[in-house]
This record gives sequence, C-alpha cells and structure tokens, in this order.
Amino acid sequence: MDVIPRWADVILIPLFSLVLAALLSAGVILAIGEDPVAAVKMMVNGALGSTYGWGYTLYYATNFVFTGLAVAVAFHARLFNIGGEGQATLGGLGVALVCLDLPWPHWILALPAAMAAAGLFGAVWAAIPAWLQARRGSHIVITTIMFNFIGAALLNYLLVNVMRPDGAMDPATRKFPPGTHLPTLHDILGLVGVPFSKAAPANISFLIALGACVLVWALIWRTRLGFQIRALGHSEPAAVYAGIRPVRIVMLTMLISGALAGCMAINNVMGEAERLVLNSVEGAGFIGIAVALMGRNHPFGVLLAAILFGFLYQGGAELALWTNIPRELIVVIQALVILFTGALDNMVRIPLERIFLTLRKRGA
Amino acid sequence: MTLFQKTLGAVSALALSTGLAGAEPALIYDLGGKFDKSFNEAAHTGAQRWSTETGQTYREIEMQSEAQREQALRRFAEAGMNPIVMTGFAFGAVLEEVAPDYPDTTFAIIDMKVEAPNVRAVEFAEHEGSYLVGMMAAMASKTGTVGFIGGMDVPLIRKFACGYVQGAKASNPDIAVIQNMTGTTPSAWNDPVKGGELTRAQIAQGADVIYAAAGGTGVGVLQTAADEGILSIGVDSNQNHLHPGQVLTSMVKRVDVAVHEIFSAGTAVETGTFALGLADDGVTYAMDDHNAALVSGEMVTAVEDAKAKIISGEITVHNYMSDNTCPVQ
Repeated sequence: MDVIPRWADVILIPLFSLVLAALLSAGVILAIGEDPVAAVKMMVNGALGSTYGWGYTLYYATNFVFTGLAVAVAFHARLFNIGGEGQATLGGLGVALVCLDLPWPHWILALPAAMAAAGLFGAVWAAIPAWLQARRGSHIVITTIMFNFIGAALLNYLLVNVMRPDGAMDPATRKFPPGTHLPTLHDILGLVGVPFSKAAPANISFLIALGACVLVWALIWRTRLGFQIRALGHSEPAAVYAGIRPVRIVMLTMLISGALAGCMAINNVMGEAERLVLNSVEGAGFIGIAVALMGRNHPFGVLLAAILFGFLYQGGAELALWTNIPRELIVVIQALVILFTGALDNMVRIPLERIFLTLRKRGA
Repeated sequence: MTLFQKTLGAVSALALSTGLAGAEPALIYDLGGKFDKSFNEAAHTGAQRWSTETGQTYREIEMQSEAQREQALRRFAEAGMNPIVMTGFAFGAVLEEVAPDYPDTTFAIIDMKVEAPNVRAVEFAEHEGSYLVGMMAAMASKTGTVGFIGGMDVPLIRKFACGYVQGAKASNPDIAVIQNMTGTTPSAWNDPVKGGELTRAQIAQGADVIYAAAGGTGVGVLQTAADEGILSIGVDSNQNHLHPGQVLTSMVKRVDVAVHEIFSAGTAVETGTFALGLADDGVTYAMDDHNAALVSGEMVTAVEDAKAKIISGEITVHNYMSDNTCPVQ
C-alpha cells in the first residue's frame, strides 16, 4: 500500500534531511572562515563528552519533549498548536504560585501539585484559542500565536508589578523554598552510585517526560478518545458521521496539548531556575513544533528528536562560548535542521519514493 | 579513575583544545549587548585594555535571554576561568547561588551588592556623577526645561535620575525636569527606537538638554537629540564623540577601570564590596575636544566647585537607593 516501507519513512527520511542540513551548515561555517570539523567536535564534546554536557542536553531535551508532545497531540486532530511558548510561560506562573504560596515539606508533595498547576495553567491558556476554533472558527494558528504575546505581556506585568520581591531590581520572583527543590540527576544517579555532574540542571522531570511519552502513546493509540482525535484529524465529515462531536474533541485535544506544554515548567522553572524569570521558556515552545514534525508525531520519535535538539542547543551554547562563531549563526544551524526536517520534507521524500518505486519494479 | 575525574579531564581537554591557558579571566555581558556604546561597552573597553597591555586573552559572552545567566556563569566556572566578571545587577540572584558552588573561583559583579567570601562587588556613586551633569544641563538649558530618559525602571536608574534632578535644581531652582523610563524589563536597555520617541516627546514639552541613562537605548536618544538640534548627555562610557558638538557631556562611570583592575589583579583580586565615587574618579563628567565648545568656563568652575564640596562632604547628594525616595522631583 505504502510507496516506501515504514522504516524508510521513520528513519531514512529524517536521517537524509539531517545530513543535508549538516552539510549546508558546514558550508555556512566554512563561509565565515571557521573549521566545521572542529565545530562539530566541539559540539559533540560539549554536549555529550561529559556528564555536565549530558546534564544540559537532557535538561533541554526534557523541555522539548513536553512541548513536542503538546504539538504532536494537537497534530493528530489536525490542529496546529503553535502556542506552546505561551502555554509553557503560563505553566511557569502556575508552578511559581504553587511553590511560593504554600509551605511544602518535601518535593514528593510539591511536584504533583506543581505539575497539576502547570498543566492547569497551560490548559487554560490553550482553552481560549481552542474554544474560538471550535465554536467560532477562528484559525487556531493565528489565535495560539497571539496568545503567546498575551502570555508574555501578562507575565511581564506580574513579574514587574506583583511578584517581584521588595527591593529587588530584576523582574523575577524570589527563590522557591527548599521544600520544592527537585532531585537532580546527580542526586538520583548518586543513589545507585553513578557519578553525575552536580552543576548540570537535568532533574527528575526528565523521567516524568519519559512517562509523558508513554501516556501520550497510550492515549493516542489505545483509548477511545485517541481514536476519536485521530478520526477527526483524518476527516471531519467522516468523524461527524461516526457520531464524534468535533467541538468536544477539539476542546479536549487542545486542553491536553496545553497541559503538556505547561508541564514543561516543572523542568525549567521548578527544576532549574527555582524562581520564575522573564523569558524562562527560551523558545522551547517553537522548537516543540520542529520536534513533533521530525518525530512524525509519535511519542518515541518526539523523544529522539527532543534529544537531538537538546544536543543542538547545548552544543550550540558551547560553540557560542568557545569560538568566534556568532550566536546568530548557531540559530541558523538550528533553523536549517528545522527547515529540512519540517518544511522541506517532500524534497527528500519524493526522490526517495522514486528510488523505492524503481527498486520495487525491478524486484517484481 | 572515577567518571567524575573523567569529566574534569574532558572539560580540561576541551579547554586545551580551544587554546586556553590555566586561569584565564572571563567577562559576561548582560542583556543590552557588548557594543551598547555605554555600560557593557565600558566593561569591554577595560578588558581590551588589559589584553593589549599584557598580551593575554580572556573569554567573553553576551547574554541573549534572562534564563541563560546561570548556565553561562557555571560554564565559565566549570572550565576554570578565574576571575569571572559580570556586568549588571540582574546577575545578583544567580551569583548568590552559583558562588558558593565554586569556592576557589573569584567572581566580580558590577552594580550589585552580593555578599560571599569569593565575590567582589563593585558599586558606583552614580548619584554624585549625575548631580554634576544635572548642574551642567541646567546651566546649558535656554528653555528652563531639561529631560531625563532612563532605561529599565529600577531603583538603580532612579538613583541616576534623582542625582540629576538634585544637581539641576541646585544650579537653577526653577528648572523643570521631565523624566521618562523606557520600560520595565531588560529589553529597555536595548530599544533605541523607543529612546528616540521619548526624546521627541520631551522636546515637544520644551526640553533642550536630555540625559540618557539607558544603555543601548541611549544611542537612540543621542541620535534624535542631535537630529533635532538639542543637547544630550551620555552615560557610562564617554559618548561625546558620537555626535561631536551636540553631546554636552557624558556621565562617565569607570566600569572599564573596575574591570581592568580586576583582570590585572587576576586570581589574587581582593573580594568584598567596593564603592567608587567622585573622590576616586569612579564617576565623573567627560571633557574632551568634542564638547569643549559647549561647556563654558563658568560651567566648569561651578561643577568643579560642587565636585570638591561633594568630596569634602559639604554637599550631600541624596542616594535614591538608600531609602527608595527622592527629595526633589
């Protein structure tokens, strides 16, 4: 039935896209007079060459798993949620409120509460565009991206005027109390005797992100709701004919999507900064789109793509630190990966399909 | 060999592979950017001067977002950079957290008090320097209205504003001072367009000398002031040369000297809190060929007189940050 076998679709096409992006990036690095081989070495060393590098790579990957899953869930209902940025920002607000306002004795209690708040705030932020889409037909791409700006403005206002402690100049909340401190990978791996860098911010949220991958897989492929989401995504008239109510599914899908994006805050706000700062999301909401595209909207693919982007982020930070390659160029490299894996999918796919067709004809 | 040692090995191997010497100093610029022609650039100037004098190198990085501060700080400390200098009060909270993790590394922070055994905090008496340029603004103004444009609305910038108003009123009690802040977030340090708009608004209200204490935003203020034919006052670095004959003076804050001093002392740099004022030329008003024609002898006499009196304690300039209020408006 399919033109190309599944393994080629899942592995070969992303791999080809990556190689193309890498070649083009190497060309760009050459053009500014730097050595691409040294640059790659430095990225690999910096991101994977030490437990410190791994700690940061996994920390970023955790962010991208949450936002990637958020985009992937929405994609299954053919909804393009590009509001992960805003939903994660609001999730951060939820985490901050829970962590600051209640006296937490231990993180085991604080973490579920913070997750609930992060998910709730993210879901609420996705609910308004979802309702506008489901009821009023306002396009979700437009409304979710606008809600990113509203979210940023809201957080600006709250951090500057309400949540900034007296006497502080930087718009950020005060530090969360020690009872909300999440165990880092250093602490967790230390229990089983594996030494891991103490300075790196990767924490227990990474395990929660892995759990989220499993849950999303179960939701999409093993539940009635997941079936309804996919049915709606494939064909709305057919779904309606089958008795599925589009408004309900659109709302539910976006609530789940927003909650997943919001849950990213347990990693960056509660796990790393332990205070809410401006721009805490750092573009992870948008990277989530690329991660979902590259991961083919499958949780396992999202996980792999998230780790790849975690590597690019951490490796990119190392390049910016130790070389004269300007940070803007690192954004160019990341953008090339997004471009090739996301937007230019057909450029690789169509020639590959031709090759497979010719091979099959010969075989037949 | 434990994995931890391997980690250290990998880090140092990386350090060697990129051509680093043992204890190289590092400099981190906050949002606003290295080439803001003002605060961060002053730090850059100081580091460059040290580099040309000694022939040694240093590492530097510019922050792109608020959330990167901790990683940058830790990365330099992990890699053995020492001392590590950072510009701006926003690093305060992060440094308080990171400094105890690296007791053998010396950190230095400009514009913020952080108390830790391995931290050198450098603060400037910006209110005193602003007082002097406030006097000059009032004397140069023909309309009787002068302006102040701040960057991010924080006590530190209000300290500049308050000193400026006190100086202006001391020289001319009837002077009107219009004050504006560019914004409430760090993006206000790098918004020359908004700086220009605020300048136009203040000119419309009659201001003919405008003092910009706004980092990179000030570039827009000085440009618009020059375009509209009024005088402006630069900040932090000597900005007189940006528009020769149109910048009255600059309230120079010797961040460059502070950075140079720290880099020169190297790992042996003394920690603790250091306050630099008029007496040790930590802050001053800039005089050079570019503004010589704008500043009359009478102005210089008055300002030098006030400077001597502030140093001797005869005049006390109120420091906004001491009680978060300003006695004059």
